[in-house]
Amino acid sequence: MQESISFTPQLAASPIAQLLWLIPALPIVAAGLAALLKQARRKTAAGLAIGSMSVSLLLALAAFVHVVGSWMHGALARETVNFAWIQVGSTSVDLGWVLDPLSAVMLVMVTLVGLLIFIYSVGYMAHDENYTRFFCFLALFAGGMLTVVIANSLLLLFMGWEIVGLTSYLLIGFWYQRPAASAAAKKAFLVTRVGDVFFLLGMVWLFAQTGTLLFYNGGFGSMEPAALAGLLGQHAALGLTAAGAIGLLIFAGAAGKSGQFPLHVWLPDAMEGPTPVSALIHAATMVAAGVYLVARVYPLMQAGALAGGTTTALIIVTWVGAFTAVFAALIAVAQNDIKRILAYSTVSQLGYMMAGLGMGGVAVGMFHLITHAFFKALLFMGAGSVIHGCHEEQDVRRMGGLKADMPFTFITYAIGMLALCGFPLLFSGFWSKDGILEAAQHWSLAKGPFYLLVFGALLTAFYMTRQVAYVFFGTWRGKKPAHESPAVMTLPLAVLAFFAMALGLIGTPAWPWFHAFLDGHAAGFSLHGFAEPGLMALMGASTLVVFLGLGLGWWLYGGQVGRPAPRLEEPDVLQKAVPWAWAALRDRLYVDEFYGVTVIAFYAWWARVADWLDRRVWGGLVTGVAWVFRGWAQFNKFLDINWVDGGFDKSCEELATGGGLLSRIQTGRVQTYLRILALAVVALAAILIWSSRA
Amino acid sequence: MTPLAGYLLVAALLFAIGLAGALTRRNAILVLIGIELMLNAANLNLIAFWRYGPHPEALTGMMFAIFSIAVAAAEAAVGLGLVIQIHRHAHSTNLDDMNRMKG
Repeated sequence: MQESISFTPQLAASPIAQLLWLIPALPIVAAGLAALLKQARRKTAAGLAIGSMSVSLLLALAAFVHVVGSWMHGALARETVNFAWIQVGSTSVDLGWVLDPLSAVMLVMVTLVGLLIFIYSVGYMAHDENYTRFFCFLALFAGGMLTVVIANSLLLLFMGWEIVGLTSYLLIGFWYQRPAASAAAKKAFLVTRVGDVFFLLGMVWLFAQTGTLLFYNGGFGSMEPAALAGLLGQHAALGLTAAGAIGLLIFAGAAGKSGQFPLHVWLPDAMEGPTPVSALIHAATMVAAGVYLVARVYPLMQAGALAGGTTTALIIVTWVGAFTAVFAALIAVAQNDIKRILAYSTVSQLGYMMAGLGMGGVAVGMFHLITHAFFKALLFMGAGSVIHGCHEEQDVRRMGGLKADMPFTFITYAIGMLALCGFPLLFSGFWSKDGILEAAQHWSLAKGPFYLLVFGALLTAFYMTRQVAYVFFGTWRGKKPAHESPAVMTLPLAVLAFFAMALGLIGTPAWPWFHAFLDGHAAGFSLHGFAEPGLMALMGASTLVVFLGLGLGWWLYGGQVGRPAPRLEEPDVLQKAVPWAWAALRDRLYVDEFYGVTVIAFYAWWARVADWLDRRVWGGLVTGVAWVFRGWAQFNKFLDINWVDGGFDKSCEELATGGGLLSRIQTGRVQTYLRILALAVVALAAILIWSSRA
Repeated sequence: MTPLAGYLLVAALLFAIGLAGALTRRNAILVLIGIELMLNAANLNLIAFWRYGPHPEALTGMMFAIFSIAVAAAEAAVGLGLVIQIHRHAHSTNLDDMNRMKG
């Protein structure tokens, strides 16, 4: 879309930009301190994490206000602070941080959602004995994520990215005593690592081509026109320019972190972690890191745009996103674990963001990222509250009727659910999803993504209605009665619910404040925004789709009201209708099984080959060498015994015999000695005299 | 003045007498006396060579002789001490009885 970025490079950074490093540094320091605490110092650990996050939030707000202020004055500056990290000869590896609308918005979102999740964790983890460790990891995670956000260098971003990857491993496997949790942690780590390898390749390539990993550096950064022009001149394989190829490699990294098909498999399994972790990592921040990364390197992706304002890289991003959106939404329909439904929903929504980035530009994708972060964190924390209230029950079929038992959770959850479905006008998800649909509608290349995304919206409304009907309506089907969660858990829900509704208002077509802010235009309020051709029709259509999904869900599952409790074995309504499709969706479309028989089977086979090689070939080689040396040693031993030893013994014997002979001279008679002495003197004298004569 | 050869002859004679005494006598004390004679023959040579040498004004020969006499005195003391010890041990000063000092 329109990308008239007119940032004026500002060399002297403002004080808040200078202090920006404090925002990630504070949680990291808090994590370091919490790591040193004893297990029993629970309050100190929570206080450290929450305190550092609060200060970070204040700093982030100050930075945000500063950026908004300079934007209001018309001179929107991208402020960077760079420094050389390593210098080898003339090559220098620079790090730095950047304060621009993109990072400012993300900073506020991450710190705010993070802080709310930290507070919520105080209640959720209250009975866990490893409370201190949990807060240490949470703070470290937040620090890594904030490093990703402020990074002005792909390398610094990568460092934060890896901290985030590490802590997600630690947090998913937090209850490591459970085999499923430790397996999920390993899976998350390995699958994201696949993407990271591509990311690293892209980074190395970018450095090789441009000699810098800084994004913005007063005209010399890798995202600035000079470097991009150089990259466009290079042609990689398959008709891609180097810029597009590097962009795609980096997108592969983003796909790993953001759970895009085909690297989405780790995200649903990651629900084995504690629920605040699911909210923090798998809703608001870590999975958003991938989308944010694509937004960060957007100039690279967009460089050399074709006639339609798009590039091969962006087309691939679009299709992957749109496909993932529908693919995951389909699977979510047939899940019974409350968190797994949300996990697939997250994968699906991340697909929307990627498609939005691919078709509509940074602002469209980022707007959905921000609104999604709030309402998905709300949903996850609501789900956590439900799980907490239902005594660690996660199967929606064993819940029901919680509307009465947990009214507060129900209201906030309903708000989150309506925001996710894109319920019209009041809820943020409507506006951000509509932005993506509008961009898809205007996309000149194909209508495929548009239809996929509309279908995804229908599915989203459907599966969320199914979940809510199961959990909050009907009769209680669990064993022990449920209870409402404490205030420390419900208050963050209220704050998030407020944002889940209100945030939409900053990105409506009438007042596209968010888009203008990210793109650097002036924002204006005019109802003419709605008068754009086709917009009203689109909004009407999407509203219709949402209502269709809600109605369909209620028709099929809302009937639970008043019915006796269904047993677990009782097949789902859809299962009765189309058993084969249901089975395929329930088994997650066999992606895991597919990997099981391809990648994993290949690795297992390869491991057996390597084992065989190790035992037979390399082992044989080593044994052979050992045998050669043993033979040589035997030969040496033979030589030693029969030759060297014999010779040595013989010479010793001879020496002893000689000594014995010589000892005869030593008679013990002093006078004999004297005589010999005298004779020797005479002999010496005779020799002297004789030699002096000669 | 007597030529150098005279002194050397006397010294050689003295040395020969001392050597003969040291080699032929069985009594340890007499052997020591023979050794002293030989030492003094050497001292006589030192003095003679100094006196007839190129720098008789420097007292080098004298110094040598005095050192030698001092060393000889110490040596005689040690030697006589040894003889007394041997006598206490073996009740004899006959060297032929002391034939156990061998490896």
